[in-house]
Amino acid sequence: MRFVDEFREPELIYKAAAEIRRLTDLQRHYRLMEVCGGHTHAIYRFGLKDLLPENIELIHGPGCPVCVLPMGRIDDGLSMAEREDVIFTAFGDMMRVPGTHGSPLEHQARGMNVRIVYSPSDALKLAQANPEKHVLFFAIGFETTAPSTALTLLRAKALGIENFSVFCNHVTIIPAIRAILDSPDMRLDGFIGPDHVSTVIGCRPYEWIAKNERKPIVVSGFEPLDLLQSIVMLLRQLQKGEARVENQYKRVVPWEGNRAALKAMAEVFELRPYFEWRGLGFISQSALRIRDSYANWDSEQRFSVPGVRVTDPKAAQCGEVLKGVLKPAQCKLFGCECTPEHPIGALMVSSEGSCAAFYNYEHRKAVALGASV
Amino acid sequence: MKLETLVAPAAARVRFKDPQIEMAHGAGGKASRRLIEGLIVPLLCGQSEEALGDAAHVQISGSRVAITTDSFVVKPLSFPGGSIGELAVNGTVNDLAVSGARPEALVVTFVLEAGLSTEILEAEVRAMSRAAQQANVLIAGGDTKVVEHGKADQMYVTTAGIGHPLPGVRIDPRSVRPGDKVLLSGPIGDHGITILLARGELDLAGDLRSDTRSVFPLVQALVEAVGTDVRWMRDPTRGGVASSLNELARDSRLGVVIHEDDVPVHDTVRGACELLGLDPLHIANEGKFLAIVAPEAAEAGLSAIRGVPGGEETCLIGEIREQPAGAVLALTRYGASRIMDMLVGDPLPRIC
Repeated sequence: MRFVDEFREPELIYKAAAEIRRLTDLQRHYRLMEVCGGHTHAIYRFGLKDLLPENIELIHGPGCPVCVLPMGRIDDGLSMAEREDVIFTAFGDMMRVPGTHGSPLEHQARGMNVRIVYSPSDALKLAQANPEKHVLFFAIGFETTAPSTALTLLRAKALGIENFSVFCNHVTIIPAIRAILDSPDMRLDGFIGPDHVSTVIGCRPYEWIAKNERKPIVVSGFEPLDLLQSIVMLLRQLQKGEARVENQYKRVVPWEGNRAALKAMAEVFELRPYFEWRGLGFISQSALRIRDSYANWDSEQRFSVPGVRVTDPKAAQCGEVLKGVLKPAQCKLFGCECTPEHPIGALMVSSEGSCAAFYNYEHRKAVALGASV
Repeated sequence: MKLETLVAPAAARVRFKDPQIEMAHGAGGKASRRLIEGLIVPLLCGQSEEALGDAAHVQISGSRVAITTDSFVVKPLSFPGGSIGELAVNGTVNDLAVSGARPEALVVTFVLEAGLSTEILEAEVRAMSRAAQQANVLIAGGDTKVVEHGKADQMYVTTAGIGHPLPGVRIDPRSVRPGDKVLLSGPIGDHGITILLARGELDLAGDLRSDTRSVFPLVQALVEAVGTDVRWMRDPTRGGVASSLNELARDSRLGVVIHEDDVPVHDTVRGACELLGLDPLHIANEGKFLAIVAPEAAEAGLSAIRGVPGGEETCLIGEIREQPAGAVLALTRYGASRIMDMLVGDPLPRIC
């Protein structure tokens, strides 16, 4: 398969792994954060940790859109869908995420009209096909998925489709990184920068991380070779004491981002003054809301939203894990009360969530091989 | 009538505590297993340590008979390479085949939704007849029920089948030994991805066909070539290869180690899985089977299956080891490894 196989070539992988070992200072402990959940998943899926020296620690970041969504927003979305005439649509990623009274899938089992869609435009098509119903699209994601929501809203307005609205939960990546860097118990040496988000926003928005925080950041693809190469680039900077933004994923990410996508987003969305993140609390200007000129397609303006706030179960330490302060296995609920089958926190639901990835790959492996975790 | 079990007792009894039935309970992964072992088996079969094989082998008046049943609820009803009628025949035929039996006869039940077009029904009945002929089984009887419009999705088909256990074969996970080899009869994931694409919800197109077929000729060739050296077989339908091998690991209390690179997957399936965040090892198949054979029989078994039309792409994908006991370990091409778990719930595409 083109664009995949060449980035999984064992010989190149071994070469990159050898280069990493060569660049690693044995006296030093490296803490590198991969921001994106897709990276976390790939690291586990390909067993890349097995290829890294022990003193390189990969910390899983907040870039899993499902994980950072507070439970109250799920409750809000589902409460709007309780109306008989509403079809609730969302990505497959959302379907198993628990709300207070169960996940969208559980609501579906109880008779709620819940459908998985593969894009917001599919939800819009569903609205066109079901004029007697109202189709609500539960929008999640960072700048990766926000442009397709924006384009769909533009289209809904242009076509004058009245029975469609978006419950907007789009968030932005930069404030989340800032919140992590502001966290006092966090020591990081550098960042593996997000891939798909960067195809939209480009590399420039990361420059403050290098300039002000003096941390190197390398925007990385998510094939095994991409990730190893990005670690090589980070180590080279660290060796020289540099802190720059570099782009490893040049074949996809333009430095300036995608102007057309940014323009569509700017037309439809504006920044919320603040938004609650699971585990990170309220972060100012960290999420998108639909502009008043599109109020007709904004679920929050068309329906009454209860504005539920649900505190996470006390014992769950999702926030600490999300910030990278705790390893998944250090959470008190990990592996006993909270498992992929019975997730308590969202990090255990999405395959990009660090708890689910850690549980499925590392934890089971350690248990199966009889080692201690 | 005396029931004779051929399959190992389950390692642990789970009690079913889920308050309601959800789609995941039908997906062939963990939730399905919990429902069956935690609710259905204890109530129907008491505390007996009964089998959870593909088909039961029972003793009736002195002779052994293999018996099984399967229901088919698929959307859309027809798709490239097959349709619900063919699945209903081949699914039950394959359950009998991988239990080590020659499929002999089926009975069929149709549950039809009022409003279903006769044309569709006729096409499916014809498809069943064709599939039965190809699989060389008799359709001996059946039943038809009609439910109100809106109470079923067009049509559901249930088939039950009986077969003759092949002489000299004993399919039993407890007979599996470290060192045994894992054979797979061809590329995986074709059926599941074909269905996903045929639903038309994804704007993806591919030149893919369901692999639905009877695997009995392949099974027969293997059994004739190596006989009792076949320890275990399974057709990896819902839940895919990963779920079947996890059941084997659990029932045998041994480790199954597979070499990820040696598992054949068509490029279209790989591509779709990459895009949707799915693992081909979790995707359903309808015309493939897994076999565990003694190490010295692996070569003979391989060439026997490869000699049968449709078995040409059979390959050796791994082996049984002492460790990790009860789990499946996938070795990646970089010498790294990961645990391959059973499917949890339905495979949900990942988008964001």
